Amino acid sequence: MGVTQIALGSYRVMDVCIAATAAIGGPKEGKGPLGPYFDEIWPSEDHKGTSFEQAERALIEDGMELAVKKSGMSWEDIDLVMGGDLLDQIVSTNFAARRHQRPLLGLFSACAVFTQGLGLGALLLAGNSARSILVAAVSHHMAAERQFRFPIELGYQRTPTAAWTATATGAVVLVSGTKHPTAIDAVTMGRVIDFGSKNPNDMGSAMAPAALDTIQRHLEATGTTLQDYDAVYTGDLGVMGTKMLTLLGKEHGLIFDYRFNDCGQILYHLKEQDVHNGGSGPGCSAGVFSGYLHQRLESGEWRRLLLIATGALFSPTTYQQGESIPCIAHAVSLVYRDRGGSSS
Amino acid sequence: MHQEDSDQAKAYQQLVKKTQPKKPILKNVVWAFLYGGMICLVGQCIQTAFMATGMTSQAATSPTTVVLIGVGALLTGLGWYDQITKRGGMGATLPITGFANAMVAPAMEFRREGLVMGVGAKLFTVAGPVLVYGLSAAFVVGLVRYLVTGVA
Repeated sequence: MGVTQIALGSYRVMDVCIAATAAIGGPKEGKGPLGPYFDEIWPSEDHKGTSFEQAERALIEDGMELAVKKSGMSWEDIDLVMGGDLLDQIVSTNFAARRHQRPLLGLFSACAVFTQGLGLGALLLAGNSARSILVAAVSHHMAAERQFRFPIELGYQRTPTAAWTATATGAVVLVSGTKHPTAIDAVTMGRVIDFGSKNPNDMGSAMAPAALDTIQRHLEATGTTLQDYDAVYTGDLGVMGTKMLTLLGKEHGLIFDYRFNDCGQILYHLKEQDVHNGGSGPGCSAGVFSGYLHQRLESGEWRRLLLIATGALFSPTTYQQGESIPCIAHAVSLVYRDRGGSSS
Repeated sequence: MHQEDSDQAKAYQQLVKKTQPKKPILKNVVWAFLYGGMICLVGQCIQTAFMATGMTSQAATSPTTVVLIGVGALLTGLGWYDQITKRGGMGATLPITGFANAMVAPAMEFRREGLVMGVGAKLFTVAGPVLVYGLSAAFVVGLVRYLVTGVA
């Protein structure tokens, strides 16, 4: 067991592994290329005629319930629950905690909240402060539209760089020890980076510099290069954001090659499903990791994965007042070890 | 200097501008023309139908508007109008059916928040600016007309 700070905001953690993951998606996510990797697909965006906010809450409740069940543990074994969402006052995460009655750390870093939770959970577990932590993040397309954009039925044209908030949740049960093959081995907490982007319809460009900053710091701290990972995934930069990150990386001597991709970019058939820049939202990186990425690790196909969820930390008020969009990215690197393998 | 105002930020914004995909303006304009034209054609047919009952063209304007607003509201309720606007853009937003969409969409959306704080308070969230500046512009134009021609 142990946690060591290896650079500013970067930590090496030992003996923290993933006991189980659960991913649930909406109907559109089910029709995307990653549909088969979700544990469950909801048949419609609403949930038994409830409001979209209640649907989002049901989504995270179902996801957490499923993750606990898949881990073979019971709620009583969960020491702490961490998570977040996009709705004001993170109501989905907070209201869901009424049901599970476990100690709660509600987090907010917009769409970066999933790796914030994974990272923070790993630090606590490695530091022996808990034995098992449930991390979850959720977003719901319709609930986010209502809060950030326009009424659902209002007709308007999206710009080519606009993101599509995913209806999805991902939940992960982290435990201390080496019982399970997929482990978290390093964490880098992001700094808030703002390169002056003001367009809420192009969050990929706004977030790319934050992703680059965290990736650079993570690689430097851990003494690795991008090529040391089998896969490097950002959260929801989408088509435009990954393009900007690749260009920025080149300026800084980082080569983002075929190993690099983005959760938002692979969640949908971009053209056929008409999602423009790709998926976004806390549920995007959480759902894609808990379904697809985790399975690629568990199958032994990948041995090392770097996951960097990205978040735009603005509110409708700040951009209406003409302010630029500050962004953050948190990185977590994961390793797959054969069952019973020794920790590094 | 703050990071968001730095030269590095400015250089980055230049790079973003250069990399950004271009909006398909020509395609959008053509679609807007076709959809807008189609809606106007339907409006004209309705007006002609009213005139066939013996109304003058001016008298037929009001019932035509009412029917178009009804159709716009119905299509919004069925969840189709946003699909029309997706393709038609301004061609579908500008006609009176688009105005109906802008009124009915928030009415449907915010009924969960109640009749006063929901529908009542949010009904004009989309159409509000159109009304404010539309009425203001009409006032200015009317004033100029009065001052120039003397006709109120």
